[in-house]
Amino acid sequence: MSISPAWYLSLSVVLFCIGAFGVLVRRNVLIMFMCVELMLNASNLAFVAFARQLHDIGGQVLVFFVLVVAAAEVVVGLGIVVAIFRRRASTNADDLHLMKG
Amino acid sequence: MTALLGVFVTSSSHPTLPDVGVFAVAAAIILAGAIGVVVARNPVHSALMLVMTLFGVAVLFVLQQASFLAAVQVIVYAGAIVVLFLFVIMFLGVDKEENVAAEPLRGQRPLAVALVALGATGLLLLGQVSRWTTGQPHVAGSDTGAPNVNLIGKSLYTTYLFPFEATSALLIIAVVGAVVLARRPPAATSSEQIEEADAALAVRDPGPGTTDGTGDAGGDA
Repeated sequence: MSISPAWYLSLSVVLFCIGAFGVLVRRNVLIMFMCVELMLNASNLAFVAFARQLHDIGGQVLVFFVLVVAAAEVVVGLGIVVAIFRRRASTNADDLHLMKG
Repeated sequence: MTALLGVFVTSSSHPTLPDVGVFAVAAAIILAGAIGVVVARNPVHSALMLVMTLFGVAVLFVLQQASFLAAVQVIVYAGAIVVLFLFVIMFLGVDKEENVAAEPLRGQRPLAVALVALGATGLLLLGQVSRWTTGQPHVAGSDTGAPNVNLIGKSLYTTYLFPFEATSALLIIAVVGAVVLARRPPAATSSEQIEEADAALAVRDPGPGTTDGTGDAGGDA
């Protein structure tokens, strides 16, 4: 008998919370992106655990789609970071207050 | 805590020792990597820690018989996304140590710790009170025990055909968006336009007391 899905889900919760903590605390936009990746991986882990528990391949297909969306998100996000860096020479989120009233 | 663990262990029949060992090692790798991503001062170190976490997740995918996803995880995440991160970090030249101890917003860090701890304990307790999993496998039952890649391929090209095609459109849009975003603004790109601008300045102000570039152009004229 393999590991209970509860273990995978607990690990997923902890991983998600570490990622959320990183997004909240770090000020470097690149590292905030990496923390978003951690959160996406936590959700992937939960999806696969449920797919295994329910014997439904749909969970794994959903992980596939999450991977694609993560790739697209990183590409566009890093494009934005490069574009902002051209103007402000900084990747610090606190420096990006162009739209502040 | 021991009660919590006890519920987890007894909620299903006992797992075999190799499974437990692999899970424990992979979980330790994942958590160490995740904490490393958050606390590392150098963005390059963060990216390398992210690779560690992604590798651990791939190991857990293998442990759950999701071998195709494990391969995709290593190839797409570790092979493409993290390399993209590293490329941008080094392209921008921001791979310097940053002062993590500095706290720009007062009280933000304790608040973040409190909120995250609250969320984590809430979720874990929720999993204890209301059952996370039904304990009844074979509910949906499309996983018939065929090889993993066959199942995913069949599902992807039948049930999920339209989302699959939509992701291809999404990727095209992302590529075009990245090219548009990362392109230099057209005003300063071509050297021809810069020369035109210099010449226009020189015509307007041909005297010797001008700035560097226009002064040279004025002398030639």
